[in-house]
Amino acid sequence: MITKLKQTCGSGVTALTYSGQNYMVVDRSLIPELLHVLRNEEQFDYCVDITAVHYPKREKQFDVVWVLYSYARNERIRVTTQILDGESLPSSVPIWATTNWLEREVYDMFGIKFDGHPDLKRILLPDGWKGHPLRKDYSILQQDKEWVQINLGIESGQ
Amino acid sequence: MTDSQSSLSNLDLEAHEKPFLDSNELVINMGPQHPATHGVLRVILRLDGEKVLGLECVIGYLHRGVEKIGEHRTYTMFNPYVDRMDYVAAVSNGLGYCETVEKLLNVEAPPRAQYIRVILTELNRIASHQLWLGTHALDIGAITPLFYTFRDREEILKIYEKYCGARLTTHAFRIGGLQYETYAGFEKDVRNFLTFFRPKIDEYEELLTTNRIWLERTKNVGKISGEDCIALGVTGPVLRASGVKWDVRKAQPYANYKNFDFDIPIGENGDTYDRYLVRMAEMRQSVRIVEQAIEAIPEGPVLAKIPKVMKPAPGEVYHSIEAPKGELGYFIVSDGSTQPYRVRVRPPSFVNLQALDLMCRGQLVADVIAVIGTLDIVLGEVDR
Repeated sequence: MITKLKQTCGSGVTALTYSGQNYMVVDRSLIPELLHVLRNEEQFDYCVDITAVHYPKREKQFDVVWVLYSYARNERIRVTTQILDGESLPSSVPIWATTNWLEREVYDMFGIKFDGHPDLKRILLPDGWKGHPLRKDYSILQQDKEWVQINLGIESGQ
Repeated sequence: MTDSQSSLSNLDLEAHEKPFLDSNELVINMGPQHPATHGVLRVILRLDGEKVLGLECVIGYLHRGVEKIGEHRTYTMFNPYVDRMDYVAAVSNGLGYCETVEKLLNVEAPPRAQYIRVILTELNRIASHQLWLGTHALDIGAITPLFYTFRDREEILKIYEKYCGARLTTHAFRIGGLQYETYAGFEKDVRNFLTFFRPKIDEYEELLTTNRIWLERTKNVGKISGEDCIALGVTGPVLRASGVKWDVRKAQPYANYKNFDFDIPIGENGDTYDRYLVRMAEMRQSVRIVEQAIEAIPEGPVLAKIPKVMKPAPGEVYHSIEAPKGELGYFIVSDGSTQPYRVRVRPPSFVNLQALDLMCRGQLVADVIAVIGTLDIVLGEVDR
């Protein structure tokens, strides 16, 4: 499969294995096409999860990870791409309906935007919340005090 | 709160224009404090009379930032936290987490530990389904099953209490195996439970399976097709009731499930009634697995040789198990230190809840309660 993908996508795809699990690191520019190919030609019809990892010291600060599964092949792969802070990704809601909430959670926790998402807004945190908690520069003790003071009427939730 | 306005406007955005006061449409807020939402779930319903035109879930009321906490605890310290996500199936959560870290560390639990893990996890599946059955039937109006299921669930909780001292958030497993050897009489207790429990499933079924009111309230309610389930990422009994024969225990066996003989029950119609039948059949299958496991427990150590200070090599691993509610996955990134660099939990309840909108469209308001019940969500896991 990887060799076939390499032919269509060129050298932007690196296939790796760790602890018996296959994953590929892909250039950001190839993502829209690659996800389509995986869904429609390689039968990865179940998007298990989308998540991100923040590396503040890198130039491209975020790893975005898609975990995909194919019922027909009984195979699981991960697709990883690196993006800059503030860079957006194409939404995969048209490909897998399940990614609606998953992308909203990534946006909520990391502030990564997905273009073309039907309703991109916070999901777990309140709408007016400031900051994105799963970024590494968001301390575990930090809290949106303003939101707490206005909405809960207490000085601080700590 | 301010978020209600934006949520409502989003519901109204659905293409068609309507007059300033449309007497046919009504927007109603259900929850977050509502006994049938199984926690704090808020559902904004758009109704035409009694008919549901669409709905939106507002979640996050129980958000505790479990994933953020994980980044600030060592691998061992984070273990008890995962019990608090799906708190009615704490043992399954622990199994998923421990196995993921074991993959990172490249160790495997000893055979004896694997068998005990399977026994406790399957008992937990039964307990979770019992709690689901009791509350789901209660929501629909049948009060009796609740007393039956809670009476029998107690027997499982007693085994947990004797084994590790806790009943609900058990923290039963450790990375690399188990902390405790089983207590004297563990096998006898489990065997007694199986003998006690087998006729009880028939008892539950006698109350409901052919009960006319139950049939009226569940048949053809909250239908969802197998294709829609796959597109929406729905897993677990909900997926199987729609006719897709898929279970992580069979598809990608973990622990030592490949040693046991069991079936995957499936449904045909994908309605609330089929999901009820699938879960009842799953309880019977769990009994079968425990029966086989208890006869085959080998002797030996229960904890693998693992370092006191765990420092997995840098890398990332995704591992998932079949929790009572569906596929529960953990994605852990290690940077070589004692704390995980990133812990991501893929909760089945969160993803399954997304299907609520589709399943409720065109149904009656009272059916929304039935569908929330049949999805078997736990808000502690939805919000994490």
